[in-house]
Amino acid sequence: MEVEVDRSNEKMPFLKNPTIKKMVRQRYFYLLLIPGVVWAALFSYAPMVGLYMAFVDYQPTLGDFWGSLFKADFVGFQWFDYFFSGQDFVRVMRNTLVSSVLTLSIGFILPIFIAIALNEVRINWFKRTVQTASYLPFFISWVVAASIVITLLSAEGPVNQLLMKIGFVEQGVLFMQEGKLFWIIIALSNSWKEMGYTSIMYVAAIAAIPTELFEAAKVDGAGRLKQIWHVLLPMVRPTIIILLILNIGELMNTGFDQYFLLGNSLNRSYSDVIDTYAFRYGIQNGMFSYAAAVSMFKAVVAFILVITVNNISKKMGQAHLF
Amino acid sequence: MNNEVARYNKTGAASKWSQRYTMGTVTGNTIVYGFLLVLFIVTFFPFWHILVLSLNDASDPTYGQFMLWPSDFSLASYRTVLKDAEILNSIIVTVGRTVIGVPLTLACVSMLAYSLSKRELVGWRGINLFFVFTMYFGGGLIPTYMVVKSLNLIDSFWVFIFPGIMSVFWMILVRTYMEGLPKEMEEAAQIEGANDILIFLKVIIPVCTPVLATITLFSAINHWNSWYDSYIYTYNPDLKTLSAVLVKILNQFETNDMLSEAEQLANQQRKMPVSSESIRMAVTMVATLPIVLMYPLLQKYFLKGMLIGAVKG
Repeated sequence: MEVEVDRSNEKMPFLKNPTIKKMVRQRYFYLLLIPGVVWAALFSYAPMVGLYMAFVDYQPTLGDFWGSLFKADFVGFQWFDYFFSGQDFVRVMRNTLVSSVLTLSIGFILPIFIAIALNEVRINWFKRTVQTASYLPFFISWVVAASIVITLLSAEGPVNQLLMKIGFVEQGVLFMQEGKLFWIIIALSNSWKEMGYTSIMYVAAIAAIPTELFEAAKVDGAGRLKQIWHVLLPMVRPTIIILLILNIGELMNTGFDQYFLLGNSLNRSYSDVIDTYAFRYGIQNGMFSYAAAVSMFKAVVAFILVITVNNISKKMGQAHLF
Repeated sequence: MNNEVARYNKTGAASKWSQRYTMGTVTGNTIVYGFLLVLFIVTFFPFWHILVLSLNDASDPTYGQFMLWPSDFSLASYRTVLKDAEILNSIIVTVGRTVIGVPLTLACVSMLAYSLSKRELVGWRGINLFFVFTMYFGGGLIPTYMVVKSLNLIDSFWVFIFPGIMSVFWMILVRTYMEGLPKEMEEAAQIEGANDILIFLKVIIPVCTPVLATITLFSAINHWNSWYDSYIYTYNPDLKTLSAVLVKILNQFETNDMLSEAEQLANQQRKMPVSSESIRMAVTMVATLPIVLMYPLLQKYFLKGMLIGAVKG
């Protein structure tokens, strides 16, 4: 046996290298990596190479994708210039940022309140029922959610009925056609979908607080509010900070579905975000290079944002992404 | 504490201090329970509203308004929807992609997770970065479309399977779980002469059931809910998923095609038990129902899995 191994080493001297030896010993792990590497190469890295489209004048008529991509005329940053100098840029950026900041301000606070309230409830069936219902919107698709939102907000729908009943409006509001209302509709739908689910993080963080802390506060005469303020919130603060930081990192990634599904030609000047804009120009109008440049701009800004935010959270000694 | 307060209330032997305290508790409870009741209504009522509308006769003049119960009960919308060839086909496609896609995802994700759980692997840092980077940067919509097209996946069933077969986030969840397993299990198998693949299949996979159940649910929900790939990568009407059909209905292109012209005319005069809106309600319910049915499992695995991810991701 050993003689054989020695001979193969003579034939292939690189096998003597300890690193290579280790890799040979680990060969099965490399085998297990193959499907993942192929997947990432095809569906993540190939499109990244394809971003070269943003710097050429891509014409789909020149044959297959890769052939026509590298044959196309190089135009440098022309598509980016075109995007930044047009009026669309300001409008689309405004819609992206305003609706995400609005979503963040509503959707970030609510889960904290939900978790604190759930923690105060002593009736278990009530707690369970509320929690169960609160996750439901998270698990359904945006298509179902959009269908629900459109139904609730229809001219004769329950929301308008309620608003008319309390005398807030006299006639049904055409929510989906009123562009100015789009951002708040998006922020509320986003929060509606996510709040119950996000509250799980806080519920878990609260459950991890040692009960002795509350006992001690009680002995010192702290009532419920004081216990929440002086014990619960300081203990949950790391979770709050890390989730806030992560959310800020995602400000550019508004999501595509909700804007695409709730947006229409009447509210477009308020509902058009970078992703839907790129979709319309690329897939629907066939301006492939321009759309690629627009979405590349977003991807780069979003990436820088996430990395910055991650570094900040590392410096603050919080958990980080990688 | 609450019990004490309750006892004080019952015996009426409350001191001045605890009277003030009781008042505070009552106000506090009202706020807490009130807030959560509103939360319950806000999250549950919309689904109930859709259910009631889908079960209501569309010719009801108050159709669309707030109702706690169908005022004019009718299954006509469901009958129309479940007779429609397009909807039935889309349900088959959606079930098909879920049944084929989920096991493949489980296999790919757990293979990758197992090899990346070995930090002593030569080149681990680089390989790990290769995958993690894809979570934060990508080619975006248009180049991805082009690549999918160049792979001949346009108008192919496999476009529902391959691009989403792997998820780095899920891989991290499974890897975290595997890293928490006791090393002795593998060592014992190694001494008996099993190779790493055998150890993976016979030792690691069986003990990873909880986290794999979480991934199964993640993946099944994704497949059931997906519409985007069907919407942009397929033109063949036979390859539309249920959610993609619902998108089309939302866009109100085809709803009326399901009904004959005479029916449409009658509809406009609000005399038919089915309208484009009631059809949309029924399809929305059909798309929601499987998720509601999976709820007990979701509660058990999904939320737990999410917390692993939250802590370690």
